[in-house]
Amino acid sequence: MNPAFSVIFLTTLLGAGQGLFLALFVIEVRVATGLLPAPSTGFYPLGSAIAVVLLATGLLASFFHLGHPERAWRSAAMWRTSWLSREVIVLPAFMAAVAAYGWAHWQGWPGTLLIGVIGAAVCLLLFLCTAMIYACIKFLQEWATPLTLINFVLLGCASGVMLAAALAALRGEPNAFVVGLWAVLLTVAGMVSRIASLWRNARLKPRSNLQTAIGIKHPRIVQKAQGFMGGSFNTREFFHGRTPGTLRAVKWLFIAGAFVIPAALASAGLQAGAPALLVAACAVQFCGLVAERWFFFAQANHPQNLYYQAVS
Amino acid sequence: MTQLALVIDLNVCVGCHACVTSCKEWNTSGEAGFMSDDNPYDRDPTGTFFNRVQTFEVGEFPNTQTVHFPKSCLHCEDPPCVPVCPTGASYKRPEDGIVLVDYDKCIGCKYCSWACPYGVRELDEHQKVMKKCTLCVDRIYDAKLPESERKPACVLACPTSARLYGDIHDEESIVSKAIRESAGYALMPEWGTQPANHYLPRRKTEMRIHEDELERADNPLKIDGRLPKPGAKDPSLDDVTSW
Repeated sequence: MNPAFSVIFLTTLLGAGQGLFLALFVIEVRVATGLLPAPSTGFYPLGSAIAVVLLATGLLASFFHLGHPERAWRSAAMWRTSWLSREVIVLPAFMAAVAAYGWAHWQGWPGTLLIGVIGAAVCLLLFLCTAMIYACIKFLQEWATPLTLINFVLLGCASGVMLAAALAALRGEPNAFVVGLWAVLLTVAGMVSRIASLWRNARLKPRSNLQTAIGIKHPRIVQKAQGFMGGSFNTREFFHGRTPGTLRAVKWLFIAGAFVIPAALASAGLQAGAPALLVAACAVQFCGLVAERWFFFAQANHPQNLYYQAVS
Repeated sequence: MTQLALVIDLNVCVGCHACVTSCKEWNTSGEAGFMSDDNPYDRDPTGTFFNRVQTFEVGEFPNTQTVHFPKSCLHCEDPPCVPVCPTGASYKRPEDGIVLVDYDKCIGCKYCSWACPYGVRELDEHQKVMKKCTLCVDRIYDAKLPESERKPACVLACPTSARLYGDIHDEESIVSKAIRESAGYALMPEWGTQPANHYLPRRKTEMRIHEDELERADNPLKIDGRLPKPGAKDPSLDDVTSW
């Protein structure tokens, strides 16, 4: 597939916003059960506001993917069959829940935990919808695996909790160290599951080949013409046009940028008590996750490419 | 239940692209709007097409065959592109099984094209909506046309009649017979899409002549000899008319 930056930013920004909200909610639950010291007033509203901004930016990015953004409202129609339609419904619901959560904290309303529970449930639903958009296409074999869902959840949580840790550290919150520890653990867990999916995808055997594509059972078939010379939607949308070397470079780049460097920076920042290092970890991890998502799309090999192997 | 479809005979297709051009001509002039092109007469021409003819070489020299392979929407009986559409712009007509796009509802998210393993959906780069073969739905039901012309433009254009059109759920239709009797097959059966369009395989055409077929079967007693050649002195038509 040819990676589209609109979708890359949509999925990474949504993941960060969701992770940040989950971090706030889990902190509040731990505070309520007496396992963590309470953060200063303003921590929850500020965190929620940042989460809403991330989600809104992601939503804005998604509009650049559409040919007719003015008709986007129509996309809530087919929620019975389409994961994309479900995401279109769940995303605004989640944004409303996060906004309500932050507002309730700002106003000092008592029902914040209840809003948080609802928000967390919608948040998990949103992870499911976003991941299933990709995982439900069974002939995109690189995506059609539960690891896609696990990766979306873990990578989103890692980046969001890292952001929560940086925020807590910047504000000098008493629980910054614990949240930072969560962020490092989630980053390591994300690395394990992402490497597991890389390992799986490297061993995939494509179910479709040129023989099944044109239905001729001969071991040697070579395409001589694809029917046109100047390119078409089929050649633009489904081929990234990069060399295998570039792909390998991006793979190592994202393993370092999304996991190794942020985990190291965050660990150093927590030990030294330096918030700047956590902020740096956050920034590096987001860039790393953009590279990760680019690779996620570029690695998916669409079976339609079998029909477009030679110009003429 | 009706399922209209094409059956394409790869044994007969000569790769002339007449189906491609007639498809483009009919559908770009239709009421659904034009199919946009960029640089049509220039370097790197590109544009929206519903139908393409591709060419493959099968085998190793000198034992090779050139296979021309027309490719358009297969109007799957279980189309993976339809349920993923978030707006309902992509739909399969229950009455005749044609998979269509409502251009007024399409938001151009391209998700359906990702969900089609055959790559037969194309986003129109100027109208920004997804387009695909309609099986000439604006033609096959047009009562103003003579009955014989109520067929997709590609079928009418094919000079070798490599494209058959009909209802594959009607066991007596020309397409059902072709699938049944000439080993029609579907593309990428591994994904369970159940394409309605079928392809007929390449067949080796051999003349099987037995010894007894070289002689006239209606001359068992061999009393018919070779007719004697008339001699040069024998009367001819010239003798009759030249006086």
